[in-house]
Amino acid sequence: MSDWVEACAAGDIDEEDVMRFDHAGRTFAIYRSPDDEYFATDGLCTHEKVHLADGLVMDDIIECPKHNGRFNYKTGDARGAPVCVNLKTYPVKVDAGKILIRIG
Amino acid sequence: MTAITSSAASPRDYSLTGRDARLAIENGLAAAEWYHTDIPRKQMKELMQRSDQPAIRDTIIWLAAFVVSAAGGIWFWGSWWCVPFFFVYGTLYGSSTDSRWHECGHGTAFRTQWMNDAVYQLACFMIMRNPVTWRWSHTRHHTDTIIVGRDPEIAVMRPPDLLRAVLNFFGILDAWHAMVDMVRNAAGVISAAEKTFIPEPEQPKAIRVARIWLAIYLATIALALYLHSWLPLMLIGLPRLYGAWHHVMTGLLQHGGLADNVIDHRLNSRTVLMNPISRFIYWNMNYHVEHHMFPMVPYHALPKLHEMIKHDLPAPTPSILAGYREMIPAFLRQLRNEDYFLKRALPPTAKPYREELHNDNPVAAAAE
Repeated sequence: MSDWVEACAAGDIDEEDVMRFDHAGRTFAIYRSPDDEYFATDGLCTHEKVHLADGLVMDDIIECPKHNGRFNYKTGDARGAPVCVNLKTYPVKVDAGKILIRIG
Repeated sequence: MTAITSSAASPRDYSLTGRDARLAIENGLAAAEWYHTDIPRKQMKELMQRSDQPAIRDTIIWLAAFVVSAAGGIWFWGSWWCVPFFFVYGTLYGSSTDSRWHECGHGTAFRTQWMNDAVYQLACFMIMRNPVTWRWSHTRHHTDTIIVGRDPEIAVMRPPDLLRAVLNFFGILDAWHAMVDMVRNAAGVISAAEKTFIPEPEQPKAIRVARIWLAIYLATIALALYLHSWLPLMLIGLPRLYGAWHHVMTGLLQHGGLADNVIDHRLNSRTVLMNPISRFIYWNMNYHVEHHMFPMVPYHALPKLHEMIKHDLPAPTPSILAGYREMIPAFLRQLRNEDYFLKRALPPTAKPYREELHNDNPVAAAAE
């Protein structure tokens, strides 16, 4: 059985922006990079469980809206205090204009 | 503005490991969900956008003012003409660094992170705040703003210690405590309170910084002794005392006299309209409700944010003087009744305070 889940349409997310996607009781963040690639991570900051989709995307960084903690959304790496724990990332593909993420 | 009293357990226990810390967690006040004014995502993104240009411009002016005032102070050292130069130098050193520490700590002043880090380290040294310890304490301040037992940055506790507040206009107690903390950290000791908000892997960094700073202060004192002159200390260290007045004057207004143990920044924070010089020194932190509600918005965008959401906020306090006219009587009342506080009135266009969010804390009992 495929784990790929349709999250949204490709055009739903602006370039260099992020969108929240909730599925099966979990929350995710879907990113569109400045060079028009798509990425997905867990939706909540590992520091204090704030929705990252309310944050700011700058190049390959997502900044948490509550305490300005930073992650590389492509790799999930924690990149600045107060975040210390990496973010879980998920594979993403674009199929017929739809954004699909594989939820393991 | 309505003056009311609350039914909080008295006396308040501000220890981060004490009774009220436990009660805050039990009552859901710790790491709670706070009220935010609704702003469309597109506008929010515009407000959050980072730019190096405003902060580079301001930092060039700031550093130039340091150089000119220091040069004047040194040149005229020994005559009364040095006083105005050291007044400016001290205010830059002991006050403007409060806002630079703050904004660069949030990482919002500059778009380029190393610029935030560089100004942050410099400002932390001058304001005598360990850059590691205070980064984490400020994180907690934003998570649990003015929650008793959780917020390590409550400037005026209840009942207010007014002598302490007055002494801090000259930096006396703050600098003393900063020095004690620095020596303690330099000796490798992290306090129990610090351990509640500094993650263990970060603690050695706080110790390392304290040791570097201690070496700088010892070198400055040695130079002063060698030269038989106070001048080195007038440039490093003492300005934290004689220049502290402005950051204390503006800092007390941030939350002074307002509610505690609430989860709506409109109730516990104060926006004050100020003159352009104070706003430069303070880097627009006079828009304090706005800053707490949306800490991602850089200082230079706060006036725009204020215009966008003022329909949902209490009317700003019109001046520093007006702020003190409401705050000082509140402090005096709190000497007799520590549950007394000022409740901010909302305009008719605002969403009401969600009293149900405050059912387990003082405001619910106080508001009606």
